[in-house]
Amino acid sequence: MATDFDLSCPVPLAAHERIVLPHGGGGRLTRELLDKVFVPAFANPALDARHDSALLEAGGARLAFTTDAYVVHPRRFPGGDIGTLAVCGTVNDLAMAGARPLALSAAFVLEEGLAMDELRAVVASMRDAARACGVPLVAGDTKVVDRGKADGMFVTTSGVGIVPPGADVRPARVAPGDVALLSGDVGRHGIAVLSVRDGLAFDSPVESDCAPLAEPVAALLAGGVEVHCLRDATRGGVATVLNEMARDAGVAIEAEEATIPVSGGVAAACEILGLDPLYVACEGRMVAFVAAADAARALDILRGHEVSRGAAIIGAVAEPGAGGACGTVALRTRLGTRRLLDLLSGEQLPRIC
Amino acid sequence: MRYVDEYRDAAAVRRVADAIRAAVTRPWRIMQVCGGQTHAIVRFGIDELLPREVELLHGPGCPVCVTPVELIHRAIAIAARPGVVLCSFGDMMRVPGSDRDLFAAKAAGADVRVVYRPLDALTVAASEPTRDVVFFAVGFETTAPATAMAVHEAARRRLANFSLLVSHVLVPPAIEAILGAPECRVDGFLAAGHVGAVMGGDQYVPLAARHRVPIVITGFEPLDLLEGIHRCVLQLEQGRAEVENQYARAVRASGNETARAMIERVFAVTPRTWRGIGPIPASGLRLREAYAAFDAELRFDVAGVGGREPDECRSGLVLQGRIKPPECPAFRVRCTPERPLGAAMVSSEGACAAYHRYRRSESAWRPTST
Repeated sequence: MATDFDLSCPVPLAAHERIVLPHGGGGRLTRELLDKVFVPAFANPALDARHDSALLEAGGARLAFTTDAYVVHPRRFPGGDIGTLAVCGTVNDLAMAGARPLALSAAFVLEEGLAMDELRAVVASMRDAARACGVPLVAGDTKVVDRGKADGMFVTTSGVGIVPPGADVRPARVAPGDVALLSGDVGRHGIAVLSVRDGLAFDSPVESDCAPLAEPVAALLAGGVEVHCLRDATRGGVATVLNEMARDAGVAIEAEEATIPVSGGVAAACEILGLDPLYVACEGRMVAFVAAADAARALDILRGHEVSRGAAIIGAVAEPGAGGACGTVALRTRLGTRRLLDLLSGEQLPRIC
Repeated sequence: MRYVDEYRDAAAVRRVADAIRAAVTRPWRIMQVCGGQTHAIVRFGIDELLPREVELLHGPGCPVCVTPVELIHRAIAIAARPGVVLCSFGDMMRVPGSDRDLFAAKAAGADVRVVYRPLDALTVAASEPTRDVVFFAVGFETTAPATAMAVHEAARRRLANFSLLVSHVLVPPAIEAILGAPECRVDGFLAAGHVGAVMGGDQYVPLAARHRVPIVITGFEPLDLLEGIHRCVLQLEQGRAEVENQYARAVRASGNETARAMIERVFAVTPRTWRGIGPIPASGLRLREAYAAFDAELRFDVAGVGGREPDECRSGLVLQGRIKPPECPAFRVRCTPERPLGAAMVSSEGACAAYHRYRRSESAWRPTST
């Protein structure tokens, strides 16, 4: 036990001696893990930019490079499976840097005893998703571990993409006056997984929103929209994305609750479970920060693509001194009151009553 | 969404807020007992819609917050035993004991599982007969019937590997304790609708009469809360002290007789210590003798396991409405959701958690009047 504390005061719990599940929830503890363990160890300009993809220059080309591990349980859920996620998630991380995906790799950790049919099904999902994104899977690796040493199957994908000339999409470009657009309704993925994970049966089954976002991103850039930053809302939901952007860009963001689309099924499930849909995971939604003058056009472009047909303007970056502190997100509620939309510690936990 | 959207309608909410403004002539302090209502008030900014005369005080109705620290330690101690599965509501996972929470216990190797209802723990017991499955039974009268049902079922199915760590508490004795305290500053109460749905409105009648205090059973949506406050203000302005039912769509005077009978069958009333507040007579539930075999405290012999409250945590004062969370010197400084001193900073019904999560600055709350 640490002894550098006053003995009358208990040891703070966050002086964690072990990894706890909330470290992986995408909230404050995840951020603390990055800040205290990973970033100091590997510090370099590409990593320090804290983008969904690292931006690298090579031979005159601008490359985006990213990696992501997938451990979803159960592996199949309404609207997709771990394979669909592994392809779409990494394609989306590339797209969030404004990049056109060039190629993917995949590494599989397989548990002894996994049904071959299930592996085939996941691989088929990955093939279909990669085809739909127009990106080849060019390298891979396979490891098999003893029964009990992995939860059936873990998949890690990495991706490389090319950033088109003129695109400069990164957190540091977000500026006061920018408008925030959300590409569709939130919380579908989290609720879809929860509904099969915990055997919660809802009247109207919710399907995951898992989908690639490369097309609408390419259309925004090709359409000449001044895109300052993009981030896909994964674990921690749209609220976490807005907080990350506020912190990473050092700005205050104002969002309007009534404009954030939530489907009836997701809203009902969240009410029953005591969850806030703004923090529930998505897998096919992004927030785009664009110059105010281009906001209406950006909305039209997004709505022209199936995956972002439900796009909406949900907020803006506040002018300095307009109320909100840098690094925070304020939410105007449906009642017209204002509140903080904060980063959570870890994942939301269902409440007692 | 039906049954929700109409209770969050901005125009309707403003109409009731205006009616409160028109009715009030002098200062009143109204306590909402339930932590769920506290969160709704802070999340929707209900207090910002009220006239200055009406001050809302947050009450003790957060079951996670009032679960004594020694019971958290007993839960952790039981979970650490080989062969044990500890099932808990998610809300308990992050609640700090003196030096750790259930997440930390899980990371250290304990089998701790989050369940949505007590019967899920029973399912675990049935499907894993070689494990000792313990359900950490926390909650007010709202969750007590479901816990009672699980024990009743376990007895009927002779599931000997199932037991309960019981920490159920009761609302009326807590209101009584607050009203009986010499420093009591509460003029009227909003009583929790969910507890009312189980226990009914009649249980508050003696309290309202004895202490000459209005008690309005109230729902959880913005319109419910404002209507509850409006009714309470009208009573206070008119010098009435009655039990009223704002939440008539869910609450009957006699409550849910089946649920009450199940509680009565399995549990007996017992004294209980409330975290941060202290012992309150006849304020908890314990298993009746007939169900003693399902008592995890007896089965695992953890009665000697204790724990100590951090000296600096003032959540006891917060839970009695005597201070608001930002008035605690540790708030946001030495007490955060990542480094909580008390349960109220991490529970989804805790007032400290509500202020930390929803209030944008130190100025966005009203200091407690003295």
